[in-house]
Amino acid sequence: MRSPLVRWSVLSVSLALALTSCAKGTGGGAAPTPSAGQFNPGATFSGSISVMGFGATDEIGTTRVDLAEKALVGAEIKLIEGDLDIQQFLSAVAAGDPPDIIYANRDQIGTFASRGAIMPLTECIKGESIDTSMYNKNALGQVTFGEQIWAIPEFNQVQITMANADLLKQAGLTIGDVNGSDWSKVTAAAKKLVKAPGGKLKVIGYDSKLPEFLPLWAKANGADLLSADGRTAQLNNPAVVKALEFAVGIYDAQGGFAKVKAVRDSADFFGKGNQFAKNELGAMPMEQWYVNVLNDVSPKAPLVFDTFRTPQGQPLAYSSGSSWAIPKGSKNPGAACRFAKTMTLVDTWKAAAQARLDKRKADGKPFTGVLTGNVKADAEIEKMLTSGGEPWDAGVKAVYEANENTFSLPANPADKEFKDAWQGAVNRVLNGQDEPKAALDKAQQDAQKALDEAWAGWTKRTN
Amino acid sequence: MRFVETRAALLFISPWILGFLIFTAWPVINSAYLSLTDYDVINDPSFVGFDNYKTLFEDPKVGLALRNTFIFMVMSVPTQLVVSLGLALLLNSATRATGFFRTAFFLPKMTPPVAVGILLLMLFNGQSGLINGFLGIFGIDGPAWTTDPNWVKPGLVLMSLWTVGSSVVIILAALRGVPQELYDSAVVDGAGWWKRTLRITVPMISPTLFFLFIVDSINALQSFTEAYTAFFGSGNTTYSNDAALFYAIYLFQQAFEFLHMGYASALAWLLFIVIMAITVVQILVTRRFVHYEGGNP
Repeated sequence: MRSPLVRWSVLSVSLALALTSCAKGTGGGAAPTPSAGQFNPGATFSGSISVMGFGATDEIGTTRVDLAEKALVGAEIKLIEGDLDIQQFLSAVAAGDPPDIIYANRDQIGTFASRGAIMPLTECIKGESIDTSMYNKNALGQVTFGEQIWAIPEFNQVQITMANADLLKQAGLTIGDVNGSDWSKVTAAAKKLVKAPGGKLKVIGYDSKLPEFLPLWAKANGADLLSADGRTAQLNNPAVVKALEFAVGIYDAQGGFAKVKAVRDSADFFGKGNQFAKNELGAMPMEQWYVNVLNDVSPKAPLVFDTFRTPQGQPLAYSSGSSWAIPKGSKNPGAACRFAKTMTLVDTWKAAAQARLDKRKADGKPFTGVLTGNVKADAEIEKMLTSGGEPWDAGVKAVYEANENTFSLPANPADKEFKDAWQGAVNRVLNGQDEPKAALDKAQQDAQKALDEAWAGWTKRTN
Repeated sequence: MRFVETRAALLFISPWILGFLIFTAWPVINSAYLSLTDYDVINDPSFVGFDNYKTLFEDPKVGLALRNTFIFMVMSVPTQLVVSLGLALLLNSATRATGFFRTAFFLPKMTPPVAVGILLLMLFNGQSGLINGFLGIFGIDGPAWTTDPNWVKPGLVLMSLWTVGSSVVIILAALRGVPQELYDSAVVDGAGWWKRTLRITVPMISPTLFFLFIVDSINALQSFTEAYTAFFGSGNTTYSNDAALFYAIYLFQQAFEFLHMGYASALAWLLFIVIMAITVVQILVTRRFVHYEGGNP
């Protein structure tokens, strides 16, 4: 009995190992380098292209996808909806079966590029005659790595100051007290606006939006978290430490971060019962898309807007957003390149904006704009805006002003580790586990180590 | 004849054998190899010897994650066992609608762990959560469960009680197997409920309790989804709390966020060794407390 059992077991193991060994080796294989000839404005395509991480869920998406499909002249577009799943994407690349194009955050591009998961777009840009001067330079900077462009910028996000006009008025304050132009005034305003009867926080005076907005506070204080070449972390720069101390101090002045976060977490952020509509928040810096949300769900909310400003009074915003990248091993890079180009062309954005404008008009609502990574498209869309009266017009004006005063973090090969280091430091301070200086010193070490290792890996691969 | 039977048996179980070899055995073997490499999923692994294992001992987050996980295990396993046993005893003494209660206790187990993580943030909200609202009735100012590092783990332990239903059902089955004569004799001898429970029930179901103790411990050491969702997941892309950094979460971050698959494989093997060591110690220490009717193995 034992002998056949052993024979069968050996056979099964051998079969399984043989099968799995066959699978090994298909991943990580170098895809043929696309030639300039593949990218041609006159080329027509067949079959289909798969788009991962993008869902055309509204008129801005569907209008552009329809135009892109027309531009492909023959190829069909298959959307793999939902946010880009990095694990799924990288596994697909490793298995040699990636999607044809991905929709990724711009800050992920350096990491993907450094590991060879996506291809440089030099030939694509040249072949399809894409005019890169139309893209926002900060957005383009975020997708430029090793002196090559690796993705095409799509949407853009900036921050402005949003405040509750009624609460400001009751406290004898104006938007100028909370727009960041005077840090002592911001702290004083937070103390005046906060309401915590019996120790239970009911109204947040000012939310400095930590951890995510540390880069904004640091830049307002004159410091970048990362050097322009993306190689050197600058997390324990005294100006960053001071910015963190200030932004955390705002929470401390209102009873501590724990209470503010608990109120923040329980808010109906996207609904009619949002914090501004319910008079539960004095002011905060926030991304521009929230103006549209507020206008949609609580058009009567007592709001007032301004740009976020530096202590020198200058508007400032941290530019972030999405982009299109072509994975290594894409089976149809020519069509993918045409798709990315068409999705971000001025005329495409204008058509999408017109669709949004028509819809808003039909709903009896103002068109408050769409912010893209294309400065020429932004200028055209700005001309199409319709008035929503105050405060919405002031809000939209602040958005466009902010968009002209942006900065961004450069592409680097260890984005996630870098982000994890500084956000971890901020969280340790917010949770009361560390002081700002000590936390940022530690983060500086971790971030620099990750950057050094990742850049060394990139150098090794490119050499 | 026996050979024919064996061949037939092997043929019938061959789908499982193949599945096991391909989807379990091979990944395990491969991860041992990957733990000796620098591998980022995209590019070919490059052999680095035991560098990843050396890094394990220099990485302060490994110590932090192990400590967090161990503390969580020590807090959650006894709590879950006591609550499960209490609920099972209650169910066992119920005379009507036991089927309904069994189902009712088991239902929360069906809740997806991600939903449990979100639920945690709502129930344990320091300002408007039900838990602090309940404590407030008694004049207790509840803690900041979701931000105070001292209260994050107790919150997660309490939340883990949401899913004790399966343990309750297992213990209930064991309780039904305790011979009634033992209780009858004890009653004749004047033993009260507490004494009967302590001297008859617990020893008689000790193999089941021991099984749950081991399984719950392993589960606690592999704890991931609820804590990740509440403190590290997509709903909290920037806020996180070190106090909830369990070992499996750190392993996941290294593998799928930082793309250090080789290092993550080494982390996985360390976890395997830790779980094995803890399980062996648990077996050795608790063996003499477990009563097997056919004699201890």
